Amino acid sequence: MAVRDAPTTSALVVDRIEVVLGGRPIISNVSFLLGRGEFAGVIGANGAGKTTLLRTILGLERASQGTVQIHDATGSAGRPRVGYVPQKVLLDPSLPLRARDLVALGLDGHRLGLPLPSPARDRLVAEMLEAVDAQDFADERVGTLSGGQQQRILIAHALIRRPVLLVMDEPLASLDVHSAASVAALLAHLAKTQDVAILLSAHDMNPLVGVMDRIVYLANGHAAEGSVEEVLRGDVLSELYGHHVDVIRVHDRIVVVVAPGDPSATDHATLLSGGRETD
Amino acid sequence: MFAGFMLGTWMVGTLAALVAGVVGVFVVLRGSAFAAHTLPLSAFPGAAAASLVGRSQILGMVLFAGVGVVGIARLPRRDDHDVGTALTLVTLLGLGALFLSLTNGYASEVYALLFGQVLGVGVRDLTVVAIMGAVAIAATAVFYRPLLLTSISSELAEAQGVSCEQMDVIFLILLALTTVMTLPIVGALLVFSLLVGPPAAARMLTKTPLHTVLLSVVLALLVTWLAIALSYLTNWPIGFFVGALGALAYGAGVAWSAWRGRSRRDVAGATRAI
Repeated sequence: MAVRDAPTTSALVVDRIEVVLGGRPIISNVSFLLGRGEFAGVIGANGAGKTTLLRTILGLERASQGTVQIHDATGSAGRPRVGYVPQKVLLDPSLPLRARDLVALGLDGHRLGLPLPSPARDRLVAEMLEAVDAQDFADERVGTLSGGQQQRILIAHALIRRPVLLVMDEPLASLDVHSAASVAALLAHLAKTQDVAILLSAHDMNPLVGVMDRIVYLANGHAAEGSVEEVLRGDVLSELYGHHVDVIRVHDRIVVVVAPGDPSATDHATLLSGGRETD
Repeated sequence: MFAGFMLGTWMVGTLAALVAGVVGVFVVLRGSAFAAHTLPLSAFPGAAAASLVGRSQILGMVLFAGVGVVGIARLPRRDDHDVGTALTLVTLLGLGALFLSLTNGYASEVYALLFGQVLGVGVRDLTVVAIMGAVAIAATAVFYRPLLLTSISSELAEAQGVSCEQMDVIFLILLALTTVMTLPIVGALLVFSLLVGPPAAARMLTKTPLHTVLLSVVLALLVTWLAIALSYLTNWPIGFFVGALGALAYGAGVAWSAWRGRSRRDVAGATRAI
């Protein structure tokens, strides 16, 4: 895949990376760019290498070839901030912690000392809560909130330190169809308004198709990258999978059908039905 | 009951309750009740060994609580954290039994170590206990936010660059300090009840962590003072009163929060996590 010319505004530049784990290449020759204000999905079935790609971008795995660069717009020295929302965050309903307390911990939870009362801190928290549209439940115990509400709080928790890049691991996986759509729309909106590059992984692309700026479609450790229209095409995905693939649009949904007889077809069938389980 | 020979008991009890109220909040939030049960019983053989060789009980307890911390933190925990903790518990408790059998001391001394005593807490120990209390409170204040974050969600903490392993060790050290301060009065078997009852009740009645800490301290002080007074008046063991009042505080917390019409999910969640 050709990489777009790297404009100086790119927050994330992934350049022909290969990651080998346990002697086996998990992803190879994966390249893409993501600018501030852009919202992209890393889409693929289980085992396609989504988690490995995200971990490499976060610096938790080393690329054996290629590079990952994260750029601060100001070009200031030091490592640019990357926000991260892990996949499974289980918050106990009995935690004596309001949603706004968790967002505040995103700002300074790693710091030492007692949190002294600070109007500036409260203002920043209030701004973040407003940005994710969470004012209505900001004073509830965070563990008692619904999955979609918790996801909004976790996004605010990660964004409050103003990262240049926000990485999220399967944030829509456990949400019902409506919550998934509203969180996806919120993320697309936040990318623009907060001037941050947002990259998330998902096994079901359907909640994202209408709102993501770019798609990184992973299969067999390789990636097809571009806008949704450029990537979700029979010929592009057939080349990626190495055999014939159909991209079918049914109602508002997109389904990728892998030809029968392919040994990995069952795996991909899961990807296709990924949309169904949330219906 | 406020006679001169009780002065040590009141002062050590008050300091112990202060620290237990603070540290107990993290015991409850982290779901570490088993560790809070194990460390006092790990410190207990230290006190027994100290009596055996005629040295300071506090020194013995500090040493053995330290061994307990290392045991809980370092034994294999990949599969099951509880197994390492249980192994620490039975090994050290067994040692305690051995040391006690070697002492030709009085049975009342053994009884006091396990179930607590109101008399005979010397003012001599007060300085050491006060220093330990100050260190425990100061350390909790310094590590308050990372401790809280790792108690809420290890995934979120790691994502924010806070090491859960480090915070776990710091938490265990705080717990060991609390144990050594509390054990001489309340007894090894019941330190645990002071570390769980008041904070569990406070958690149900508050919505933010700082309020939980404050209420937990107030409840721990009430439980301890009442237990000392009742034990002095009735001559019943203080451990009984600490255990009973701790449970009562929690029961009252559940009742109050149910009465206030909190969601049933809240109550169920709090009970489950203990």
